[in-house]
Amino acid sequence: MKVYEFQAKDILKTNNICIPRGRVVTSADDVPAVYKEIGCSRCVAKAQIHAGGRGKSGGIRFVDSSEKAVSCISNMLGSKLATYQTDREAFEIKHILLEEVVSIQREFYLAITIDRSLQSLLLILSAEGGIDIEEVAKNTPEKILKEPVDLFFGVQSFQMRRIAEKLIISDDLSKKLSSLIKKLFHVFMNTDCSLLEINPLALTGDNELVVLDAKMEIDDNAFFRHPELEHIAASQDISPDESLAKKYSLNYISLDGNIGCLVNGAGLAMATMDIIKLCGGEPANFLDVGGNASLEQVVEAFKIILSDKKVKAVFVNIFGGIMKCDVIAEGIIRTIKEVGIHIPLIVKLEGTNVDIARKALGDSGLKIVFARDMKEAADFAVKASKGEYIS
Amino acid sequence: MSILVSKETKVICQGITGRTGSFHSRRMLEYGTKLVAGVTPGKGGFAQDGIPVFGSVFEAVNKTGANASVIYVPAPFAADAIMEAADAGIELVVCITEGIPTLDMLRVVKFLLGKKTRLIGPNCPGIISPGECKIGIMPGYIHKKGSVGVVSRSGTLTYEVVWQLTQQGIGQSTCIGIGGDPVIGTHFIDILKMFQNDEETSAMVLIGEIGGSMEEEAAEHIKQEITKPVIGFIAGRSAPHGKRMGHAGAIISGNKGKARTKITALQDAGAFMVDNPADIGITVSNILKDAGK
Repeated sequence: MKVYEFQAKDILKTNNICIPRGRVVTSADDVPAVYKEIGCSRCVAKAQIHAGGRGKSGGIRFVDSSEKAVSCISNMLGSKLATYQTDREAFEIKHILLEEVVSIQREFYLAITIDRSLQSLLLILSAEGGIDIEEVAKNTPEKILKEPVDLFFGVQSFQMRRIAEKLIISDDLSKKLSSLIKKLFHVFMNTDCSLLEINPLALTGDNELVVLDAKMEIDDNAFFRHPELEHIAASQDISPDESLAKKYSLNYISLDGNIGCLVNGAGLAMATMDIIKLCGGEPANFLDVGGNASLEQVVEAFKIILSDKKVKAVFVNIFGGIMKCDVIAEGIIRTIKEVGIHIPLIVKLEGTNVDIARKALGDSGLKIVFARDMKEAADFAVKASKGEYIS
Repeated sequence: MSILVSKETKVICQGITGRTGSFHSRRMLEYGTKLVAGVTPGKGGFAQDGIPVFGSVFEAVNKTGANASVIYVPAPFAADAIMEAADAGIELVVCITEGIPTLDMLRVVKFLLGKKTRLIGPNCPGIISPGECKIGIMPGYIHKKGSVGVVSRSGTLTYEVVWQLTQQGIGQSTCIGIGGDPVIGTHFIDILKMFQNDEETSAMVLIGEIGGSMEEEAAEHIKQEITKPVIGFIAGRSAPHGKRMGHAGAIISGNKGKARTKITALQDAGAFMVDNPADIGITVSNILKDAGK
């Protein structure tokens, strides 16, 4: 689950971590009051989207009067922003964070994440923060410090000494940094984060460490123990289809092609997309109904695919394990009875309860093209999507 | 011989009284797995399908001498279930449960350090040595006893690959799904080592997918240690890049994680990489023929 900068900063502030004075606005009407409340003539308006790279794409603008803040923010709100991290997609700006501009002496990069190959928490630090950190990582990797951190013991003194030496910082600053890192780890663990990135972390003119930007991702699997984060889940920036899919715990991503895919398991779903492309077609979506979908979930999944106007053929690729094939069959039959189908349906089924499923589909009288294997199914689906006759 | 599980393996099921646990326990029994007990806290003393149910793993091990466990416990309690099994001295824990919080799994991996327990999964289909023992949710009938070892990060894609092998008349020594989560108990390298040392295994199939760097690490190991043929497939070549947050992922992994990088690394290590997921069975068949096996 992705967290907006202003939401992440709220969480940090609650944990006594220093952030610039500011407030999020959703309407330009609120700007004069917020500007006055901040009480600093030079402010920054930051577009809130779930991606980085905003500065390079006009998503961060400086203003030095209330009037300019109003006109700048009314222009930004409702407009769309794409950055190099959004994969060409543009996001509508619904929230803008208006903040004081603090005087910066030095900038650092700091992140906490989970390193899959080390199977450990990882603290990443660099003396050169800011938007070019990936260039630093590529060209001068020695400037980036990666410290694996024990999840029970936290950052040890010897590690702090290593960090201080690398960043070339004073004892006083090292103490402040150590205290900040402790607080950040506390947030990371207590919020079940998978990423907490502070970039830049600023050393201000008054020698204080201030979080200028924060990127936070929360582990979806841990959401059950965080009812206090409900508002963050409710503000996810996803399409209506994706939001419906999420409601039914379906793993769905809308794509540009015209072959609707209903698959169980992420690996098989990806392989299904791969084979469609190899056969000259384009998938309309990635849809993994999950390991143990109920009848209701299958029906909703199939409805989402059928309601997509660009879909010209449906490819059902199921290999039952924990998921039983007969549940899929029943879901298909029920959905078609409810909403009908006017495009070719290609089905490849194997695995748990496949015989019951094949019989149910056969007895249903529905027009279904059964494929013997994945290759035949993909061939059929691609042909059908181009309006060709399947034989 | 096969790896990790055989006819001798005595299995308990944690979460046997739940919907998924009871269904798949029956399938395991039908397959011939020596399922000797179930465990559900608070339900000790009952029996299910003729299998005694105990209130704790410790008790189940004491009474039955079980050395393996399969876990179907719901995600919020699954980490605890794994640690309970390890504490009771279970040697092989197969955790099927999907959706365990990553930080819980980091704690589990730490807990297992220095213990004799090997964890497979979580979020995995399990492990099967065809004709001997099935621990997990894979459909039994698609397998056939033989000499190809299969290891995969996926569930259903593994079934698809196994089914292709079986239809080519190629049997399997052991098939293992190691799971798709960020933090798991057993990695590709662990299994590749076992297959290399297993006399019955003559070739291995490795099914990877985009994300992480486990395939790149496997490639490094294959280059140095593996002499048996490895046939590989990486799912997700056509996946869109997706949105990302921040830079930390890129800083850790660099170029790793992409399908192309993984395929190239494995190819350079001498693995036979298959482009079309429908061609894995036939490719293995051709390679075995060329090798005269």
